[in-house]
Parts: sequence; structure tokens; C-alpha cells
Amino acid sequence: MGNKQTVFTHEQLEAYQDCTFFTRKEIMRLFYRYQDLAPQLVPLDYTSYPHVKVPYELIGSMPELKDNPFRQRIAQVFSEDGDGHMTLDNFLDMFSVMSEMAPRDLKAYYAFKIYDFNNDDYICVWDLEQTVTQLTRGELSAEEVSLVCEKVLDEADGDHDGRLSLEDFQNMILRAPDFLSTFHIRI
Amino acid sequence: MSCQLKGLGEEGGGGARGRARSSPPGTGDRSGRRPSRKRTYKAKNAPGRRQAPPGQKEQAGGSPGSGSPRRKQAERRGRHREQLGERERGSAEKTCGGRRKRDGRASLREHQAPPKKEKEVPRKEEMWKQLKKHRSSSSASSTSGGEPLSEEELARILEQVEDKKKLIATMRTKPWPMATKLAELREAQEFVEKYEGALGKGKGKRLYAYRMLMAKKWVKFKRDFDNFKTQCIPWEMKIKDIESHFGSSVASYFIFLRWMYGVNLVLFGLIFGLVIIPEVLMGMPYGSIPRKTVPRAEEEKAMDFSVLWDFEGYIKYSALFYGYYNNQRTIGWLRYRLPMAYFMVGVSVFGYSLMIIIRSMAGNTQGSTNDGESDNFTFSFKMFTSWDYLIGNSETADNKYASITISFKESIVDEQESNKEENVHLTRFLRVLANFLIICCLCGSGYLIYFVVKRSQEFSKMQNVSWYERNEVEIVMSLLGMFCPPLFETIAALENYHPRIGLKWQLGRIFALFLGNLYTFLLALMDDVHLKLSNEETIKNITHWTLFHYYNSSGWNESVPRPPLRPADVPRGSCWETAVGIEFMRLTVSDMLVTCITILLGDFLRACFVRFMNYCWCWDLEAGFPSYAEFDISGNVLGLIFNQGMIWMGSFYAPGLVGINVLRLLTSMYFQCWAVMSSNVPHERVFKASRSNNFYMGLLLLVLFLSLLPVAYTVMSLPPSFDCGPFSGKNRMYDVIQETVENDFPTFLGKIFAFLANPGLIIPAILLMFLAIYYLNSVSKSLSRANAQLRKKIQALREVEKSHKSFKSRATARDSEDTAKGNSKNATQLTKEGTAHHPASPSQTLDQKAQGSRASSSAGRTVSPASQHPGVRPDSGQAQPQARPWRSASGRSAQKPPH
Repeated sequence: MGNKQTVFTHEQLEAYQDCTFFTRKEIMRLFYRYQDLAPQLVPLDYTSYPHVKVPYELIGSMPELKDNPFRQRIAQVFSEDGDGHMTLDNFLDMFSVMSEMAPRDLKAYYAFKIYDFNNDDYICVWDLEQTVTQLTRGELSAEEVSLVCEKVLDEADGDHDGRLSLEDFQNMILRAPDFLSTFHIRI
Repeated sequence: MSCQLKGLGEEGGGGARGRARSSPPGTGDRSGRRPSRKRTYKAKNAPGRRQAPPGQKEQAGGSPGSGSPRRKQAERRGRHREQLGERERGSAEKTCGGRRKRDGRASLREHQAPPKKEKEVPRKEEMWKQLKKHRSSSSASSTSGGEPLSEEELARILEQVEDKKKLIATMRTKPWPMATKLAELREAQEFVEKYEGALGKGKGKRLYAYRMLMAKKWVKFKRDFDNFKTQCIPWEMKIKDIESHFGSSVASYFIFLRWMYGVNLVLFGLIFGLVIIPEVLMGMPYGSIPRKTVPRAEEEKAMDFSVLWDFEGYIKYSALFYGYYNNQRTIGWLRYRLPMAYFMVGVSVFGYSLMIIIRSMAGNTQGSTNDGESDNFTFSFKMFTSWDYLIGNSETADNKYASITISFKESIVDEQESNKEENVHLTRFLRVLANFLIICCLCGSGYLIYFVVKRSQEFSKMQNVSWYERNEVEIVMSLLGMFCPPLFETIAALENYHPRIGLKWQLGRIFALFLGNLYTFLLALMDDVHLKLSNEETIKNITHWTLFHYYNSSGWNESVPRPPLRPADVPRGSCWETAVGIEFMRLTVSDMLVTCITILLGDFLRACFVRFMNYCWCWDLEAGFPSYAEFDISGNVLGLIFNQGMIWMGSFYAPGLVGINVLRLLTSMYFQCWAVMSSNVPHERVFKASRSNNFYMGLLLLVLFLSLLPVAYTVMSLPPSFDCGPFSGKNRMYDVIQETVENDFPTFLGKIFAFLANPGLIIPAILLMFLAIYYLNSVSKSLSRANAQLRKKIQALREVEKSHKSFKSRATARDSEDTAKGNSKNATQLTKEGTAHHPASPSQTLDQKAQGSRASSSAGRTVSPASQHPGVRPDSGQAQPQARPWRSASGRSAQKPPH
């Protein structure tokens, strides 16, 4: 028991368990993962809620994220100020949403935010282009990219305003057969 | 929490908890304290009360079951509470400061977590109730023996607590940042802890936690099991790898190959387990009888490699071929009926293949009708769900990038094809021309084969023919098979089909070509068989006479019985079944070799040449003429299908053929995977495989039928050889069934079989089947028509919905503006809320979707305390985002009166 008590109080752990999809063990493991990213930065005692942020460069280099084309977006969405630097709470949040226990709606909400590159609460054409470019590493020609974006808007844009709202996105993702299986990170 | 809450806790909560802890749902000691006339009522109503909590949510007052006494009591209680309320209002003023502070906090929090707003209001309301209740309960204990906790209040607390509990349970599904979640959680927990005691319900949590744990474990187990299952699928990673580089059409070949391997494995198990192994274990050993012995004339060379390579010598007289099996009815101590088993296995090989093909075709069609939905969102799904966030390996990531790019390209090709507008007449003309050319090619090749076969029959009559003349048919066929497909492909370029449809045409054409080859081969084989059959009678006589002379010849000492003739010396027939088996065996092996060599020379060497000679060549080899080979899907698929046809035809006469085929498929799986990845390039126009492999399956089914025909013909109408194989000595092979039925089954069964075999019964049965087929076919047709209509309707509905939504969103925008203007009194407050409201609006809609019922119930609560109609509950339709500003305002105003 020794280790757990020194990092978190019992109540903190309970609260984290209630707020995430993790068990006590997983929370501790995540904490150590977090602590490993920046051992000199992150204290081993969280009972007094220290306000520590791990910079994005370290978050993005985690093996779970480093090959993800959207890693920067993920970090930005879950960080407090949108700069990608993460506190432990953000970190837990991120992996909780990405865990496979998380329901579809929650995942869809955050997926929407991740694909909303310019944070304007709509996925506009520019966001779509960004997404395609990231996904294909820019191997599609400009016409192909614009064709794809056009088709996506054509398919999913329910109110014909030329951009995807959260509702459109959810409506579309609700029918995606493998969204749940692909939108998760195992840790 | 604020001091107010603490104060409450000390003042009332403590009392309430203390009291209620000892008395679960409010029956026990209260009834004890009560006068006796109430006790009777209690006793009557106790069960009703105990089961009340779930029901109370709906009607707080009294359930329909409780009669008038109860209602009266409630009225009395209400009056009592009013009096108490008057009294306590004075005392409540004292704590008002604390509450105001709380309000301030609450409104502050409203900015950061808007969804809480709805909860905040009922909570404040609740505080009031609690306050009243505590007062009433404390005064109740001191003053009269009045009812301390009214049902209504109890129900409300219960509802609140349930609500909070639900909030705690679903906290993790809220899309809020962790800090908000933690704060919310703390608040909810405190609330629950405080009032849960009053209701005596704390045990559910553990059960819930346990259930959650089990659910988690179950999910984990399922995931592990799924992983395990995918790991158990052989070559999955290889095929995924190929798919990510070459597209789904090339991968579909490998999936087909894998499927074929599985089918062959089953056939192999069937034949080996039921025929070969029993024969090897229990049958007579090698050399015991003539059919199991190499004849004297062949003995010297029987072990030479060149002989073995032609499946002569020792291999010919082994359990791999039909001729080795004895016609003993039963073998070994198990009294295993080998001839019967042999026949039944031969039948079941076809039966199983037929069944599995039909089943997989049916499965494919079902799968293809199911995913009509995804048609609407091809690109969206590709864009938003194709990246697998699990990928944590840069190599896999590279593959994934490649596969996503390719799948985008596939879809783009599809899209462009569907949009292409072109000169219809020109295309039609070109297509007709192409088909004409190809028919000419097919006719030419057919005539060529016919000509060559005729010639070879002449050659076979002549003596000492050259190697070329002996093998002319095979050589011509190989050449045709090698050059016709590319020719067809060139011609097909005229047609300008979508590559997927083009592939089907190409497959069909090459199929026709191969079919011609196969059937000429079969005809040649049949001629051979008939020749052998005609010679059989003379050989039979020779054998008979040899044996007769051997035993009756003079010059042997009569006192000593003669030793039986050495099996190797017995003259024997040509055993046409084994000859047929050997033909198929040879064909399979040579086919395998040709495939290997083609891949090595045509793909690998070419790739090496292009790759390395490019440094010192005068033009760009990679982009120019030879370039790298593309993977030839049609040729490979058809090669596989025809190979399988050979196996089906040959397996009856050469049980070992399936074993060879399993090996062949295994090696070709690895070899072709390697060759594709190392020396082929993706097609110029990468295209998606058709959704179901039913075209391949259909071809396979056709080939199965075509290969069933010759086998059925030989089994049914040719007499088996007299001195080899399990059916020797019988008139026809299928006599073995009759024999078994007569000898091993009770007589009445034999009669039944005889009756069943009566044409008078079979013909009606066949007719019935035709009728059934016709009926089912028409049913399925009408169903599919209905399906298509429904889909059209859905499409139309979607369109309507789209236009409607765009209209509505405009309308609601206008509407909310109106309400904002209308509420000029709270204008400042509203705008403040509006700004706080806006960024979080997505989260609210999410909230609604996730737990629409909860939102609606909380909405109901905001309204109901204000209007004093606890039973009335607005329907969920009211809980729309645009109604929110108004509702929060009304909640606020509803709060005012108690102040």
C-alpha cells in the first residue's frame, strides 16, 4: 500500500476513479507513465495538488502517441489552455476518454474537437483538408483532397451550411462501424 | 462546502441522519412513537410504503392503491408543514447570509460548468425542503407526534439522491475537464452522503461498483478474446500488409487463397482420417497381394527418381492412389468397411465443398446487404474513423498511411467513374468490337486445341514419336494460357470499363479459355480410359489363364502344395482409375512448378533486372518499357480455381492429391506473399475489391459442378477395374452401397432404401424441389425489391430531413433572438449567461444525447417546485437548448418567493 498513499490520498484516488474509466492500479500506472515523461518536473507527491505541466514535446513523444498524425491536436484538446502542455488531470482525462470503456458519445465529442483544427466549434473545409493531409501525409494531389473534402461535406453536412457541426458529426459517427474500435488508445 | 451546509449538517442533518439511520425507510420507530390509531394505519400501509420509493418519483402524494385515509393524512401533514414553514421562515433568515454566499458560488460555477445549472436550481429548492424538514422533524419530536417526513419530501430527496448518484456514476462520461469533474464529484458525493442516511440506502453503491467491475472485466475479456481470435486467423497480418500496399483487390485474392486453404485442410482431414490412415494401419501390408506390389517388370526402376517423379514405381503402388486399396469388405479388428468408407468419403468431399461454397456465398450476400448504410458515408468514415489510434509502431503507421491513401484513391476512382460522362456510342462500338475480337480469340484457341488433340491421337498410334510430339497438347495449352490473358487484357483496354467490372470480364474470358483447356484434357483422358477398358477383358483372361496354368501345370511335385504365385509376377490390368489419378497428380505438380517459375522469372527476375540494371541503361527501366510487374489478380484467381477443380476431380482416384494440394497452397501462400511484396507494384488504378467475393465463389461453384460431372459419369457408368481398387469385382462402383444396405442393415431398411430409390418417388421429389426453388426465388426477389424501395425511401427521408433541418436551424436562431429581446428585464443577466452558454453548447447537446431522460427529468423538476404541481412533468421535447435561457431564468424567479 505504501506507494499509493504517498502519491495520492485515498480520497484523491477514489475521486479519480469516479471521474475516469480507470481502476486504482491503472491510475497509478498512468501516474508513473506521466511521471516518467519528466521525472525532474513531476513530484512524487500529489496530495497537495501541485500545478505541474509536462510540455507537449514530451507528451507527443510517448510511444502511444508518437505515430499518431493527430497527436498535437489530441494534446491541445485535452490541455487546459490549448497549448498542448498537460497537467496530470489533463493526462488522465485524455486516456480516460481514449479508453475503450468510454461511451461513443464522449468519444465522438472529443473526436469532433480533435478534428476541429481551428477551434471554431465547426469542422470547416480547412479542417477537413488538414485532416486528409495528415492522414495521407500529403500524398494526395490538391484536386483529390478537395474532392474528398467536398464528398465528406456532401455526405455528412446535415444543414447544408458548408461545415460540419457537432450534431452532424455525431450523426455520422453514430453509424460508423469501427469508430469505437479505432478511436481508442491502449495504455 | 459552504458554512451553510455545514450548519445544516450540524443542525438538522445530524438529527435527520441520526434518526433515520435507526429507522430505514421511515417506518420503524416513528410508528412506535406514534399514537396507536396511527399504528394501525401504518401496519396497513407499511408494505405499500416500503415499495414506494420507485413509484414515488411519479406521484409524490399517494399511490392509487392507498385509499382515502392516506390522502387525509397527507393533507393534514401538508397543513402542518405550512404552519411549521411559517415558523421556520423566521429562523431561516438567520442563515440566509450563508445561503447567499452559496448562491454566489453557484452562479460563479455556472460560468464554468453550465450543465450544472439545471441541477443547481433543484438543489437550492431542495435545501429549502431540507431545512423545513429538519425543523419539522426536530419540532415534531419536541411538540406533537406529527408526521416528520412527508412522503412528498421523502420522494424528492430520494429523487435528488438518485440523481446525484447517477451523476457520480456517470461523471466519467461527462465531457468536462478534470477539475470541473472533481469539483462536481465532490459536491455530489457530499450531498449523497448527507442525505443518503435519511433514506437508508447506501448498500447499492457496492453492488453497483461490483457490477461496474464485472462489466469492465467482461469488456476486457471480450477484447482479449477478440484479439486472440484475430491472432488465430492465419496470415492476417501478412494480408493486412499487402492490403495496405496494394489495395483490397489484391488482398481479396489472398483472402480467397486462405479460404481455399481452409477448405482443403478439411478435405484433407476427411480423406486422410477416414481412408488413408485406416488403410495404412489396418489394411494388408505392401507386397501381400498383386495390387499392392510393384510388378516384376518395373521392379528395377521402381525407386529411380525419374520414375518416382512421374508418380510411377513405388508411388503408384501406394496408398496415395486408388489401385492400392483392397476390395475386402471389412479390414482390421475394427471391422472397418473400407470400400464403403472410400465411396462415402468421395461423395462427402463433393458434398462438403458444395455446402461450404453455398454457405459462404450466402454469407457474402447477407454481408453485402447489411452495409447499405455505410454507402452514404464512404468518405466521412474514411476520413474520421480510418486512423487506428492504437497504432504505436512506426512501421505499422507507415503501412496505415499507405493503406489510407490507397483507400482514398480507391474511393476517388469509384467516384470519378460514377461521374464520368462520355460518348455512349463510341463506347458501345468499342465494347462490341472488343467482345468480337475476344470471341475470335477463343474460337481460335479452341480450334487449335482440337487440332492438337486430334494430332496427338494420331501420334499415340505411331511408334517412337519425339518428345515434342508426345507433349504437344500440354505445350500448346501452356502457351495459350500464357499468352491469351495478356492479349485479352490488351483488348479489354478498348472497352474502358471500371477496373472492377473489367476484372470480372477478364475473369470470365479467361475462365472460358481455361474451361476449353480442361475439357479437351478430359476428353483425351476419357479416350484413354475407354481404350484401357476395352483391353481389360483380354488382360482378365490372361491373368485367369496364367493362374490356372500355374496351379495346374505339370512338372511339380504333387505331394507338396504349391506356394502361391508371387504377387509381383501376377499379370494385371492397367487399372484406369490409378492412371487417371496419376494424370491429375502430374497436372497439379506441373501446375505448381509453372506457377513458381512464372513468379520467379516473370516477377522476381524482372524486378531485379529493372531495379539493378536501371543504373546502367539508356532509358528509364522503372518508368519505361519493362517496369515492374503488376499483380495479376485474374490469372491467379483462375489458376487457383482451376487447380481446385483438378483436386476435386482427382481426389476420388488419388486420395493423396489433397495432401499435395494442401502443401501447394501453403507454399504458394508464403511464396506469393513474398513475391508480391518484393517485386510487384500496385495497379495503376487501385480499385476496391467488390464487396463480396461472390464472383470468385460463383466461378468456383461452376468449376465444382463441372468437375463433378466427369467423376459422376465415371462412377456411375464405367465398370471398375477387375483387379485393383476397393470396388474391384463389382459391376459398378456404387454397388458398394447396395451391398452394405443388404448385408449390414436390417431388411426393412433395405426395403425402404429400395423404395426410396424408385424413380416414381425421385421424380416427384425433384419436381418438388424445383417448385420450392421457384417459390423461394420469387420470394427473395420480392423481398429484395421491397428492400430497394425502403432504401430509396430512407434516402428520400434523409434529403427531406436535411432540408428541414437547415430550415429549422435558421428558425431557431431567430426564435432565440426573440426570447432574448423579450426578457428585457433580465437582459444583462441573460447576456452574461449567453456568453457563458455559448462555448459550452456542444457539451450540452452531448449531455442531452447521452442522458436525455435525465435532462428532461431535471427540467421537470425546475418547473414543478415552482408551479407546485409535482405530478406534472413536461415532456423531453421541452429540454431543447434554445429553451434554456428562459428556463434558468424561470428557475431563478421560482426561487425568489421563499426569500
